[in-house]
Amino acid sequence: MTPGPGAVHLRVPASLRTYAGGSPALEVDLGELGEKPTIRALLDHLATTRPDLERRIRDEQGRLRRHVNLFLGNDNVRDLSEQDTPLAAGVEVAVMPAVSGG
Amino acid sequence: MTTFLMIGTRKGLFLARSDDRESWSLDGPHFPMNSVYATAIDQRSATPDGSVRLLAGADSEHWGPSVFRSDDLGASWQETEGGAIRFPAETGAALVRTWQLRPAGADQPGLVWAGVEPGALFRSEDGGETFSLVESLWDHPHRERWMPGGGGLCLHTIMPHATDPDRMLVGVSAAGVYRTDDAGKSWEASNTGIDAWHAPDPRPEFGQCVHKFAGQADRPDQLFLQNHGGVYRSDDFGATWTAIGEDLPADFGFPVAAHPHRAATAYVYPLVKDAHRMPPDDRCRIYRTTDAGESWQPLSDGLPDEHAYVSVLRDALCTDDCDPAGVYFGTRSGEVFASADEGASWTSIARHLPDVLVVRAAELR
Repeated sequence: MTPGPGAVHLRVPASLRTYAGGSPALEVDLGELGEKPTIRALLDHLATTRPDLERRIRDEQGRLRRHVNLFLGNDNVRDLSEQDTPLAAGVEVAVMPAVSGG
Repeated sequence: MTTFLMIGTRKGLFLARSDDRESWSLDGPHFPMNSVYATAIDQRSATPDGSVRLLAGADSEHWGPSVFRSDDLGASWQETEGGAIRFPAETGAALVRTWQLRPAGADQPGLVWAGVEPGALFRSEDGGETFSLVESLWDHPHRERWMPGGGGLCLHTIMPHATDPDRMLVGVSAAGVYRTDDAGKSWEASNTGIDAWHAPDPRPEFGQCVHKFAGQADRPDQLFLQNHGGVYRSDDFGATWTAIGEDLPADFGFPVAAHPHRAATAYVYPLVKDAHRMPPDDRCRIYRTTDAGESWQPLSDGLPDEHAYVSVLRDALCTDDCDPAGVYFGTRSGEVFASADEGASWTSIARHLPDVLVVRAAELR
């Protein structure tokens, strides 16, 4: 899927697709994310449109879950400005499980 | 009649059923790769059509915890869209894990209690679809001095009084037993007589590492408790506790279960000691008392009798509600044993499962 010119492309791992309507990706119109689109605004948007999906990425206090990574392009948002990382039209955000467990 | 057994493991939930408590069918895993620490079989006709409701607390290492419910014996599962258990924003806390799901008495259909990590009690009045924090316990002045045990700061035991809805006990590791006598408006520590061998003061007001306690409806004031060192009995619904482990080969362990309807009868699974968490003599044996802890008898017919290094976690031992009572336990090495004769003999009904975290059994009505 090619991101639309005014959209953020959110890639969802297979284990969460049931909470994304079965789709591997969601497109969110940048206009839905307010004047300063950020990762936080994207997740706040999900909290109203896909609450089952959002609460698997963030806890109820709005913190990213410890073993969840969000990548903006090739960069982990924890290495950028975490949820304050700004988003621009056409970018791809990928939700990925961290390597953990046994 | 069908007996139904929920087996929560570190990598999913398994469901077993039997018409004779001798041969069992097993299906699962439900919620694969999720740890299932809490299960409940709610037969109080709490659902709109009066069906049995199953509850399961499942948590994913990646995607967090959730509470699921099934009104068709596990054929399908539902969850509350925004999450059944959520800490209010002002607490600053977030749910780590659901440790206990406890339907209240038959005269309170729809009321379900949940014990969670970090140490808190939640209340549902709609059969487990939505829960609210019991703020009176969360705001207790002791809470900031509660210390997490090895399993985290978990509220793992909920014991509503069988005949008085205003009274209830909860167990938190490592905080101890807390009681309310006014339907949860206020709480006080209720650890009189329980040792805290890991603390400088051996008998503090609170801080005991209580592992589990259990009681029965027919004698609601009598409880049995497995501590982190020490087995105890209370005859006054937790106001005071008396050590009853002297006749056991060891008084360390995690689970305790009460007989469903025979007074003074309870089951434990002793481990050598804190620093050696294996059964005495490397033999897998449940111990039963029928005289309120004055004496204990090993139950071993059908259980591994040598080179057995298995342990049993706090919720992985239970009884059903039949007569004669069934007794069930699951091991950390993934085997489940069942007894249809109150523990006199045992059969392995499942093996090669992930670590067993919880078992709950009931005869379906």
